[in-house]
Amino acid sequence: MATDKSVYSVCGMCSVRCPILVEKRDGEAAWIQGNPHSALKGGLCARGAAGIALEKDPERPATPLIRVGARGEGKWREASWDEALDYVADKLKAITAEHGNRSVLWSDRGGPFVDLHQAFMRGIGSPNYCNHDASCARNVQHAAQSVLGMGRKMVSYDFRNAKHIILQTRNILEAINVAECNAVMDALGKGCKLSVIDIRANVSASKADNFFMVRPGTDYAFNLAVINELVTKKLYQAAYVEKYVGGMEELTAFIAPYTAAWAAEETGIPAERIVAFAQELAEAAPNVIWHPGWMVARYNDSFNVCRTAYIINALLGSVGVKGGLPLVNTPKDVGKKGLTKLVDLFPKPEEKRADGVGWKHPQFDGGPGLVNLAYDAIATGDPYPIKAYLCFRHDPLMAMPDPEAQKKKWENLDLLVSITFSWSDTAWHSDVVLPMSTYLSRESILASKSGPKPQFFVRHRAMQPTLNTKADWEILCGLAARLAGSHPGMERLAFKSIEEIWDYQLQNTGLTMQDFAAKGFVELVEAPVVREVESFPTPSGKLEMDSGKWGKAGIDTLKPYVSPAKPQQGMFRIAFGRVGVHTQGHTVNNPLLHEQMPENVAWINTSRAEELGIADGDLVEVLSGGKPAGTMRAFVTECIHPEALFMVHGFGHKLPVESRAIGKGVADQELMAGGLEVWDRSGGGLSLQEHFVAIRKA
Amino acid sequence: MSNYRLKLDKNRCIHCKACEVHCKSKNNTPIGIKLGVHTSSLPVMKDGKPFMKASYQCCYHCEDPACVDVCPTEAMKRRESDGIVYVIQDECIGCEACIEACPWHIPTFNKETNTVLKCDFCMDRVDAGLKPACVTACTTHALSFTEK
Ligand code: SF4
Ligand code: SF4
Ligand code: SF4
Repeated sequence: MATDKSVYSVCGMCSVRCPILVEKRDGEAAWIQGNPHSALKGGLCARGAAGIALEKDPERPATPLIRVGARGEGKWREASWDEALDYVADKLKAITAEHGNRSVLWSDRGGPFVDLHQAFMRGIGSPNYCNHDASCARNVQHAAQSVLGMGRKMVSYDFRNAKHIILQTRNILEAINVAECNAVMDALGKGCKLSVIDIRANVSASKADNFFMVRPGTDYAFNLAVINELVTKKLYQAAYVEKYVGGMEELTAFIAPYTAAWAAEETGIPAERIVAFAQELAEAAPNVIWHPGWMVARYNDSFNVCRTAYIINALLGSVGVKGGLPLVNTPKDVGKKGLTKLVDLFPKPEEKRADGVGWKHPQFDGGPGLVNLAYDAIATGDPYPIKAYLCFRHDPLMAMPDPEAQKKKWENLDLLVSITFSWSDTAWHSDVVLPMSTYLSRESILASKSGPKPQFFVRHRAMQPTLNTKADWEILCGLAARLAGSHPGMERLAFKSIEEIWDYQLQNTGLTMQDFAAKGFVELVEAPVVREVESFPTPSGKLEMDSGKWGKAGIDTLKPYVSPAKPQQGMFRIAFGRVGVHTQGHTVNNPLLHEQMPENVAWINTSRAEELGIADGDLVEVLSGGKPAGTMRAFVTECIHPEALFMVHGFGHKLPVESRAIGKGVADQELMAGGLEVWDRSGGGLSLQEHFVAIRKA
Repeated sequence: MSNYRLKLDKNRCIHCKACEVHCKSKNNTPIGIKLGVHTSSLPVMKDGKPFMKASYQCCYHCEDPACVDVCPTEAMKRRESDGIVYVIQDECIGCEACIEACPWHIPTFNKETNTVLKCDFCMDRVDAGLKPACVTACTTHALSFTEK
């Protein structure tokens, strides 16, 4: 077999988007490794390894589909691309003519390529661009803005030079980011300590020096006690705090009651362990990284859990410091021009957002909004009707709680479109499915990555699509061409080739696509730049222990602790998380990943299982609101807190088009009745672990 | 044994199973057949700490391989130059004698082709001066491949 030239590209199996090298044989992708020129040095996780199996899997939407039955009934007619794009464009024209441009809603999974999506929405003239983050990182994003005055991604994690890493709501070795895993393992190899605070012993915990199995919902109590120790025993970095931290008096007064002895009662962690832990942190300061969390849509006080994580980093002097959380650099910070943005093709819509972000909720970050609140506008027409919803590579029916309630809220939609590379519950419920090529058979727009060494990177097409699918840019530019008549200016986005888009993005940078040939990315500086902090972009210029911006919106950022509800007799708090071989449900039907892990199991504490007469491996029925919601195998273990029932997210598929995934395991989002209304008002995130279930032997 | 040593650093291993999937993807092995097997299990508590075991097993590439000795067609071979034990697919008649003879029953029978499959240390990669697929792409570089 002839080995062709390898292609540098970007993985698309999860949200991390690792740089990859795709080996080709006979014109097809034959094997994938991590880009050897990058920090991955060839390493790539199992999901990345299984990319070719995704491309070759015929159990994906194979051609554009237009619904002929009722929504969700699964009756489709196949359409050509021209017909499908005409159909969607005509619907959008009719809807915007009747209800205005603002009646169109978009959601995606965020990430480095959203400039194209945002440009498309601006071209339509709607302010309602959203991403999935209400069910992910909104709380930590807003916590960062409230303490640091900037977004969470404006600081990086210098794991390699850290002396103590603390993971809380960040299962770093299972929710895998390959570069981060390597940095953490390198640090541990050099003697860095690891502490894990979780309700469950996960893979990360198996490497930890300290593992704190806290009672579910008490992370805030734990953190308050650590702050109490640091402040009352003066274990913080005094000079740093003097220079950079504001609101110490308020903080000191606020934390007085939250002693280690008090927290021991709440969390179940002995006071002396908390005391010793605070001491260890002080010894490692300022080379400490208390990770503020990743997927933090968990509890009603998750915003404050994330805030206290940042506060602890501030007290230990690690924000903006080598071996801690250094500031990242944008191209501008290293004296370079950034990519020209596609959104700049259009003026910013002046309308208010349908989800209320920016006006009803002035403290929240306008960017990706809160998509769950936009669903209320679909249902009620308040503040104005939303009539068309485009879901891009996003499966809210799996990602967000209570799918039946979501479907109900969507009933007033005149158009629901899924642009997707795999089947999903949302695609199945859509009016039109526009099948997107997998990341191996499509290019993407150029993207930039801020960091110690900011860079631009590119996803190349490693092979031609095996099914009748199209690249995202082909779909959106195709729609833009069709909307040019009704939406003046839209013709600017009707690019005819990806090269045209790349050239547009690179204007003013002095770079050409040739510069990407050697490595697949272009670094904008030779060596990492650690930027000295002068002041923080908060109203006070300091790290704010008590946030002025949130205060103005009437929200208390030094919020008194409220003890979480204990599950009633025989019940469990539902908890979910990740595992290395799967990601968010779309990998469960992948042949190679399904082989690795075909179903999820229910983690139940040994004492509780005994009470219920359940043995390891037994089939159990999970009940939500008293009603059976599915059966799964029990994993009976000491490694989970007795109040919680844990399962891996993404299982419980029901679609007949997914022969491997169908009928395997339980879907956690179906166990969260009424969950769309349960969210953290101060942080914006959904509270997905504020729900209770019962189980019985099946 | 062959000239090579494939080793797992248990401290670095994160139980992500990428080694298995990379092997399968590179060698195009059917569902149900693994040439490299990573063994781990869900964690257990040991002295109040969570613990997970980790090991990676593929063919041992024996010095005096029983699988080669019993092969009636000489499809199973040991390469003189470096001791890699491999199967020539075209010559394998699927009699499974090698599976029986191997003390660990390492070779596996492929129903789709009626031949036996076995780890060959990714000979094609080794010959190109590269490391086996599982080693090159192990997520955290916990696997190493060295010449003895
Ligand atoms: S790929 Fe590496 S880290 Fe992952 S399970 Fe295999 S040996 Fe361990
Ligand atoms: S298959 Fe078994 S007998 Fe043959 S070389 Fe490998 S380990 Fe040795
Ligand atoms: S050496 Fe090659 S064939 Fe053997 S287990 Fe590793 S990847 Fe698979």
